[in-house]
Amino acid sequence: MAETATTQMVTLRIWRGDANGGSFVDYQTPVSHGMVVLDAVHQVQATQAMDLAVRWNCKAGKCGSCSAEINGNPRLMCMTQIAHLPTDQPITIEPIQAFPSIKDLVTDVSWNYEVKKRIKPFQPREPDAADGTWRMEQADVDRVQEFRKCIECFLCQDVCHVLRDHHKHAEFIGPRFLVHVAALEMHPLDTADRLEDLKDRDGVGYCNITKCCTKVCPEHITITDNAIIPLKERVVDEYYDPLMMLWRMIFPKRQPLPMVKP
Amino acid sequence: MADIQTHEHDVLVIGAGGAGLRAAIEASAAGVSVGLVCKSLLGKAHTVMAEGGIAAALANVDERDNWKVHFADTMRGGQYVNNWRMAQLHAQEAPARVRELEAWGAVFDRTADGRILQRNFGGHRYPRLAHVGDRTGLEMIRTLQDHGVHKGITVYMETTVVRLLKDGDRIAGALAYTRERGRFLLFKAKAIVLATGGIGKAYKITSNSWEYTGDGHTLAYDAGAELQDMEFIQFHPTGMIWPLSVRGILVTEGVRGEGGVLLNNKGERFMFNDIPDNYKSQTAKDAEEGWRYCQGDKNANRPPELLTRDHVARCILREVRAGRGSPHGGVYLDIQWIKEKIPNAPEHIKKKLPSMYHQFKELGDIDITTEPMEVGPTTHYVMGGVKVDADSQMSRIPGLFACGECAVGINGANRLGGNSLSDLLVFGKRAGEYAGKYAKDAKPTTLRQEDVDAAAKWTLEPFDRQGGDEGPYIIQQDLQDMMQDLVGIVRKEDEMQRALEGLGKLKERAKKAKIVGNREYNPGWHTALDLHNLLTVSEAITRCALVRKESRGGHFREDFQDKDAAFGKVNLVTRKGPDGEMQVEQVPIPEMPAELKQIIEEMK
Ligand SMILES: Cc1cc2nc3c(=O)[nH]c(=O)nc-3n(C[C@H](O)[C@H](O)[C@H](O)COP(=O)(O)OP(=O)(O)OC[C@H]3O[C@@H](n4cnc5c(N)ncnc54)[C@H](O)[C@@H]3O)c2cc1C
Ligand code: SF4
Ligand code: SF4
Ligand code: FES
Repeated sequence: MAETATTQMVTLRIWRGDANGGSFVDYQTPVSHGMVVLDAVHQVQATQAMDLAVRWNCKAGKCGSCSAEINGNPRLMCMTQIAHLPTDQPITIEPIQAFPSIKDLVTDVSWNYEVKKRIKPFQPREPDAADGTWRMEQADVDRVQEFRKCIECFLCQDVCHVLRDHHKHAEFIGPRFLVHVAALEMHPLDTADRLEDLKDRDGVGYCNITKCCTKVCPEHITITDNAIIPLKERVVDEYYDPLMMLWRMIFPKRQPLPMVKP
Repeated sequence: MADIQTHEHDVLVIGAGGAGLRAAIEASAAGVSVGLVCKSLLGKAHTVMAEGGIAAALANVDERDNWKVHFADTMRGGQYVNNWRMAQLHAQEAPARVRELEAWGAVFDRTADGRILQRNFGGHRYPRLAHVGDRTGLEMIRTLQDHGVHKGITVYMETTVVRLLKDGDRIAGALAYTRERGRFLLFKAKAIVLATGGIGKAYKITSNSWEYTGDGHTLAYDAGAELQDMEFIQFHPTGMIWPLSVRGILVTEGVRGEGGVLLNNKGERFMFNDIPDNYKSQTAKDAEEGWRYCQGDKNANRPPELLTRDHVARCILREVRAGRGSPHGGVYLDIQWIKEKIPNAPEHIKKKLPSMYHQFKELGDIDITTEPMEVGPTTHYVMGGVKVDADSQMSRIPGLFACGECAVGINGANRLGGNSLSDLLVFGKRAGEYAGKYAKDAKPTTLRQEDVDAAAKWTLEPFDRQGGDEGPYIIQQDLQDMMQDLVGIVRKEDEMQRALEGLGKLKERAKKAKIVGNREYNPGWHTALDLHNLLTVSEAITRCALVRKESRGGHFREDFQDKDAAFGKVNLVTRKGPDGEMQVEQVPIPEMPAELKQIIEEMK
C-alpha cells in the first residue's frame, strides 16, 4: 500500500524555559517525507520531552495557533516542511519575541485580545430590503474578504519593529489590528467611524511602511498596501485636509462628511 | 484545597466554538451573568476549520428551496433515526440565524444580485450552503467572537473543565484547571451549557485537533446524563493521505461541489457504479448532467460524488480494497479537469478553493489546478452526543444543557455537510436562551466541599504516580490505532469484542501513565487526564456498535450489511449504571407527527 517513507535524523534546537529565562536544548529525532516542523516537535514531546509546551490546533494553517520563529523566521510550525529547511545543521525553534514568554514555545498573547476589545465594533446601516437583508456586490466585498482571511497568528505583530523593538504596545495596535480596523472601515455596510481612534489611540502614525508584516503573513494579506496605507490616507484626508478641517469647525461633534465611506 | 479560585456565573458555557459562542451571546442577552471557558485561545476552536459552508434554505440561488426540503434532506441523510423535532427546528430557523451573522458583520460570497451566495453540497437537493470561499468556519467564528466580546461575557481562555458538580440532582458548577499555571478554577453556576465538540482523537486518521477528546460527552456521562447514537461516526470520504504526516487533514466537499470528480487508478468515475435506490431519482445519469448541476443548471441532478458521505467513503474503500486505488492507498480527486469546460480554470479554482490550493501546495507539493489530489476517508464528526430535549437543549440533569457537535439529535445516522455550522447557530441560540431562562428562575445551589476536593485530587493524581514506565502519549496512540483498526469504517462482531478487551487493558495502562515536570503548561499531564475521556467515548462507540446489528449511515457492519427495519425504530442510549458499568439501551424513536411524515412522503 503506502510507500515507505525514507527517514533521516535531524536536530531540533528548541528553546526551553519560561518568563524567568531559559536556553536552547538539542533533540535528535527522525523525520520522514513531508513532515512539518510541528510534527517533529510533537515527536520530541511524545518521546523525549513530555512536558514540552507548544500551542496548536488545526495542523492545517487555519487557526493561527502554532506561530514560532524557525531558524529566526516567523512562521507557522504546521505549514513549514522540514524538507524545505537545511537539515545538515540544527533547526532552531523559539517562541515569538514580541510577547512575554509563558513556557517553552508558548507566549502570552492576551494583549492582542485586549486591543481588539477596544476597537469600535461593526455597526451596520439600515437593511436594504424589507425582509431585513442587505445587497452587496461581490466586487465590493473582495477587499474586505482579503482582510477577513486573517487567522490571528500574530506573526505580523511579532515582526513589527514598533512592537518588537520599541515596545510601543501602549500606543500602537500593530498590523493585525490595523487590518482589523481596515476590514471594519471598508465593510460596505459599516457606519461607525474609527478615524479619530486610529490617529490618537491606535497610533497608525507609528507605522513607517517597512512592509515586514506583509512579508510574513501566512494568509498573504497585503497588509501594508491594502490595509495600512489606505487607512493612513483616510486619516490624512480627515484631519489635515482643509475642507475637512472647515467641516469640523462647523460640526465639532465629528459628524462625518456624507460619503466618507467608499 | 487552598489553591482553588472561585468564580460565580448564572450561566457557564463550556466551549467557545460556534455553538458555545452563540449560546453565550444569547444567554448574555437575557441579562444574566455569563462565563465562557475554552481549552484553547479564543477563536481557535474547531469551528475555525470548517470550510464548505453553512446549510440554510435561504432560497437565494434556487427559489424552490424551503425548510421542508431541507428537513426532508436532513432526515433522508440521517436515515430516519434523527430526532425529527430537532431536524424540523433546524431547517426552520437556520435562515434567520445565517442572516443574523450578516447583521453582525460576516461577509459571505455574493450572488449576481447582491445576496448571500449558496453552493451545492452532498445530500442537499438545492444549492444551500452560504459560504466564504473555503473558509466559512473562520468567518463564522470570527464574527461571533468579535460580536461576543462586546457583550459583557467573561472569557476564561486555555482553561480545561475536568468535572461537573451537582447539588442533589441539579447542576451546580464545574472544576477546571488553567493550562498556563495549572491552577484550579471552581465555577459556581446555576446552568451549564456544554459545547465541547467531538471525539475525533479517538482515531488515528482524523481531521480533528487535540481538543477533540470527547470531554463534554464524558463530563455529561460521568455526571449522570445520557449519551445517544454513539455508534454513528462520520468518516469523511476525502482527507489528504500523502505525505503520511498530513494524513487525515480535510479536503472539503466543496471541491466536489465545484465539479471535482473521483477517479480510480484506471481513470474510471467509479461513483457512477453504485447509486443507492433512495437517491436514484436525484442523481445525474451521466458526467455531462453532473457538470451541468455543478454549474447551477436547475434541471440537472447532482453528480454521484455528492451522495452522502457514508456512502462515498465506503465506495472509496471498496476501490482501494479491490486494487484500484492510488499509489498511497486512496483514490484521485480531480478538479483540474474543469479546464476542459471553462476558460481560466486555474484562476477559478484558486478563487473558489483558496485554502485547498494552499494546503496541497505547501503540504503536499501538489498544484491542484494542474494535477489530481490523492484522497481517502478520515474520521471527521460524531453524530452521537449528549441526549437533550429538542426545544430547550436540556439534558436529563436539570440545568445541564448541550449543543453543537457534543449534543445528539439532528443528524441521525449521518450528518449532511453544512448542517453542523447551522446546527451550532440554531441550537447554540436555543441552549443559551433556555439556560438563561432556567438560571433566572433557579433557586440557589450549593457545592459540596468533598466533591470539589475529590475532583481536585483526581486531577492531580498523575503527579503522584510511582513506578510506571510509559507516558500518556503512547497509550493515546495505541488507543487510536486500535479504534481505527477495530471500530472504524467497516465493523465486525469479533473485532469489536477484541476492542472491548483492548479498552480494558488500556484503562489499566492509563491509570499508571507516567508524567514529568510540574503543573505549568504541561501537555503530558493534560494528555494523561484526557485519556479518561477518550476511553469513555471509545467504550460507548464500541458498545453501541456491537448492539446495532445492521448497517446504517456512519455505522457499517460487514456481518450485517443491510438495514434492519427494527433497528430503524430505535436509538441506542448509553448511561452509567448504578454499579458504574456502562449500559446501552434500545429506546424507541417517538412517532413522527403526520404533517412531517407527509413532507417526507412528498419529497421522496
Ligand atoms: C476540517 C473540518 C471542516 C469542517 N467543515 C464543515 C463545513 O464546511 N460545514 C459544516 O457545517 N461543518 C463542518 N465541519 C464540522 C464543524 O466544523 C464542527 O462540527 C463544528 O465546528 C463543531 O462546533 P462546536 O461549537 O460544537 O465545537 P468546537 O468549535 O469544536 O468548539 C469546542 C470548544 O469546546 C472547548 N472545550 C472542549 N473541551 C473542553 C473542556 N474540557 N473544558 C473547556 N473547554 C473545552 C474547546 O476548547 C472549544 O472551544 C468541519 C469540521 C472539520 C474538522
Ligand atoms: S509596515 Fe508598519 S505595521 Fe508593518 S511591520 Fe512595518 S512598521 Fe510595522
Ligand atoms: S494579518 Fe496575517 S500575519 Fe497578521 S495575524 Fe493576520 S494572518 Fe497573521
Ligand atoms: S496548528 Fe493551526 S495554524 Fe498551525
